Amino acid sequence: MPNTIKIRAKLAGDTTVVKALISHPMETGQRKDKAGKKIPAHFIQEVTCEHNGKVVLAAQWGPAVSKNPYLSFRLKGAKAGDVIKLRWVDNKGESDETQTKVMVP
Amino acid sequence: MKRRTLLKGTLATSAAIAAIGSGLVTPRAVMAAWSKTAFEAKSVDEAVNALFGSGNLEGSSKVKIKAPDIAENGRVVPISVTTDMDGVESIAILVEKNPNPLAAAFTFGSGTEGYIATRIKMGKTSSVIAAVKANGKLYSAGKEVKVTIGGCGG
Repeated sequence: MPNTIKIRAKLAGDTTVVKALISHPMETGQRKDKAGKKIPAHFIQEVTCEHNGKVVLAAQWGPAVSKNPYLSFRLKGAKAGDVIKLRWVDNKGESDETQTKVMVP
Repeated sequence: MKRRTLLKGTLATSAAIAAIGSGLVTPRAVMAAWSKTAFEAKSVDEAVNALFGSGNLEGSSKVKIKAPDIAENGRVVPISVTTDMDGVESIAILVEKNPNPLAAAFTFGSGTEGYIATRIKMGKTSSVIAAVKANGKLYSAGKEVKVTIGGCGG
């Protein structure tokens, strides 16, 4: 599933605020389709964020994270132009990753 | 002779880059494998236990949860957790009355602030709990969120 991540990293003083929006169904496995059959669970399990190649955030998610997940975290010590990379892997083994540069507002 | 050395050097470097790129070289902060036990736990205590090991969850005013008092749509409830302490290693977000309370768990690198914001599903009115591991100890805060339309089963 390519191109599922929108990410922005903005410097606010000493802190970089990273905001990401990921396109993903995050199916719990409890929902039923029109025929009454349960739609199988399909959700992101792992998310990793790197700053200049170093892991700064590692997340484990369950199906209770909302569809099209939103995520925001804050980093210290980054400079404009630094690379922030985000990668997710779901329970089906699908994944996607993208990167962005830290920007000054 | 020089050319061969140069080429060998380049080959080694690109192999190293390829290895790192393909994830074969583990990053410094190693992420734990997805914890099935924690995500399938049926109670907050069980989930926190599976994630952080057993320990006393100490209610702390240094952990602040921001969540709506009333969530119109249980499928998308915005939550943020802020911590006012040093050495925050992890934050977990749990919904007490969800069939499986653990929604998400985050582990931070050394330069990352103890703050997280995301959106979660709530099946019904419930307490949302943030469990924080900092300096080896566990802290928590909870907030009651009323849900008008549940978000787990549709």
